[in-house]
Amino acid sequence: MNIIVTIKQVPNTNVIKINPVTGTLIRDGVPSILNPDDASALEMALQLKDKFGAHVTVITMGPPQADAICREAFAMGADRAILLSDRKFAGADTLATSYALSGAIKTLDYDLILAGRQAIDGDTAQTPVSLAQHLDLPQVTYATNLDFDGKKLCTVTKETEEGYQILEVETPCVLTVLSSAIKPRYMTVKGIMEAYDKEVEVWGADKLDVEVERLGLSGSPTRVKKSFTKPQKQPGEVFEVDAEEAVEIIVKKLKEKHII
Amino acid sequence: MDFSLNKREELFLQMIRKFAAEEVQPLAAEVDDQERFPIETVEKMAKIGIMGIPIPVEYGGQGGTNQMYIMAVEELSKVCATTGVIVSAHTSLCMNPILEFGTEEQKQKYLPKLASGEWIGAFGLTEPNAGTDAAMQQTTAVLDGEEWVLNGSKIFITNAGYAHVYVIMAMTDKSLGTKGISAFIVEKGTPGFSIGKKEKKMGIRGSATCELIFENCRIPKANLLGELGKGFKIAMMTLDGGRIGIASQALGIAQGALDATVKYTKERKQFGKTLAQFQNTQFQMANLETKIQAARLLVRQAAWKKDMHLPYSVDAAMAKLYCAETAMETTTKCVQFHGGYGYTREYEVERMMRDAKITEIYEGTSEVQRMVIAGKLFK
Repeated sequence: MNIIVTIKQVPNTNVIKINPVTGTLIRDGVPSILNPDDASALEMALQLKDKFGAHVTVITMGPPQADAICREAFAMGADRAILLSDRKFAGADTLATSYALSGAIKTLDYDLILAGRQAIDGDTAQTPVSLAQHLDLPQVTYATNLDFDGKKLCTVTKETEEGYQILEVETPCVLTVLSSAIKPRYMTVKGIMEAYDKEVEVWGADKLDVEVERLGLSGSPTRVKKSFTKPQKQPGEVFEVDAEEAVEIIVKKLKEKHII
Repeated sequence: MDFSLNKREELFLQMIRKFAAEEVQPLAAEVDDQERFPIETVEKMAKIGIMGIPIPVEYGGQGGTNQMYIMAVEELSKVCATTGVIVSAHTSLCMNPILEFGTEEQKQKYLPKLASGEWIGAFGLTEPNAGTDAAMQQTTAVLDGEEWVLNGSKIFITNAGYAHVYVIMAMTDKSLGTKGISAFIVEKGTPGFSIGKKEKKMGIRGSATCELIFENCRIPKANLLGELGKGFKIAMMTLDGGRIGIASQALGIAQGALDATVKYTKERKQFGKTLAQFQNTQFQMANLETKIQAARLLVRQAAWKKDMHLPYSVDAAMAKLYCAETAMETTTKCVQFHGGYGYTREYEVERMMRDAKITEIYEGTSEVQRMVIAGKLFK
C-alpha cells in the first residue's frame, strides 16, 4: 500500500504578530513549523504503516527551507519525501498549488492521499479538495477517524457542524484530517539521527505532468483585494468538571491574574 | 569550536522541547508533591529513544552524541528536575561505565535493554562513611569459587528500586586502599540484594533515592566490571561523565526558573507598572541570563570534549560547579522576584529552588569540584 501525505511548512501562528499598519503577517523571526493538521494526516498514514506495512511518501511545495519539515516527517517515520521547489511555482494560490501537487502525484503510485484539513497561515482548506478534483478522485473532508479494511474500503468518520457522518469510500481517494482528532507521534531520536542521511527529492516544474502556464502566479486567479487585522480575542479555556472543582479552578485563575 | 547547533541538533531540540512541554511539565508538581517516581514518563521516553541517546547503535542505542544527551537533560530539567536526574543517572552512571569498561559479553547483555529503556540503570558508590571520602568503602566483595559474595550497604542511590541494573563499588582487598576497590554489575532480584529505606528529600522528590543492602549477595564471577582493583578509577571516570549530566540538570533548573520569572514579571504589577519595567528587575535578570549562558557554554565545552574523546575531567568539574551555583543563585532570586507567591507551591519557582540545592551536593559537592580544578591549577 502506498500512501501520499501532502504537507506544508507554515509560520507558527501562535507566536506570530501582525503589522498594525499594513495588516500583514510579520514573518521575520517567526519559527516555521509543520502545519498541525498535516502532522495529524501523517500520523494517520503512519498508523496504517504500523498496521499494514504501508509505504509513506510526504510531498510539499515550497522554498528550499521547506526541507526542514521533510526531515521532521522522516524522523516521525515517513519513507520518502518530495519537495516541489522551483521559481515557476512562486506566487501560487490554492488552485495553482493543488494543480502542481496533482502534476507530481500523477507520476507516483498511490492508493490513498491524506492531507491536513487546512494550513494555519491561510486557513482556506481549498488545496486538498482542489487536488482531489485535479486527480478526479473521491474525497472525504474533516476526517477524524479512518478504519481501513486492508484492501480497498475506507470507513471514515467525518466531522460536521451538527455531529458526525460515517462514510464509506474506496481507494484511491483523498481524505482531509483534523488535528484535533489524532495526536501526531513524536519524532524518535533514531529517526532524527537518520533524517539527514536520507534524501529529500527536490523536483522542479519540468519533472511534473503539467502545463507550465497553469503554475505559479500565472496560474493563480486569486488576487488579494484588501487585508485587515481582525480584533484579537483571547481564546477561552474549557473545563468539563463538577461545580466544586470549577470553583477551585476559577479561584486559582483569579489569583494567578492577581484579581483576588 | 562551533557553538551553533547543527540541523540534526535543532530537530532534536524541537522534539525534546515538545515532549517536555506536553508530557513532562504537566506531571512535575504532582510528582514533587507526592514523591512519586514518574514511571509512565520513563516508558514514554523509552519509546522515542531518550533512554539511550549517546549509546552506539550496535548496542541498541540511538547513536547520538553527548551534546544531544545533555540537551535532553537540560530541556527535561527545565520543566522537571526529577525527570532530568532519572535520565542522567541511568545514562551517565550506569550505561556509560558498562560501555567504557564492560566486556563484549557484558555490553551485549546489558546495554540493549538499558538503552531501549526496558531496564533502568543505577550506580552505587556512596556509603554512610564514604561520601566525599569515597575511598572509605566498607562494602566488601569476596570471591568464592565462581561467584563474588557482596556484603554491606550503599546510601542515597538514585533510581533505586526501579532500576534493574546496578553498577556497584566494593572493596576486594582492603590492604591496597583505593587500588583494592572493584566495580561490579548487580541485577535486581539477586538473592541477598534488597532495597532499604527511601529518603524523604528537600527536592527532586519524584526521584527514588534509597539504601541498597547486600547480605551475602552472590553474583557471577563474570559480573566484575573492568579489571580487579580498578573500581575507584572507574567510579571517578564515571563521575566525570555524570557531572556533565548534573551540570545540564542544574542549567535546566536555572533556565526554567528564569523563563518562569520573565513571564511573571511581565504580568505582575506594583506601583502602577509591571515588575519587568523596574530597572532593578532588568539588571538582576540580565545578570542571571548572562550567567546561565556562560554556564551553558561550559557544559557544551565539556560534552564536546567527551564526544571528541579529549580529556574533560576538569571541564566537567568547572561545568558542574558553575551550573550548580548558578542554579542555586538563579532560583533563589527568582523566588524573590515572585515575592510571597514564590514561597508557595502554586508557583514552580518554589520547587525549582528546592530542586537546585542537590546539584551543589551530589556527584561531587561544589567543594570536590574546586578540589579537582585546583588540582590541575597547582599540579
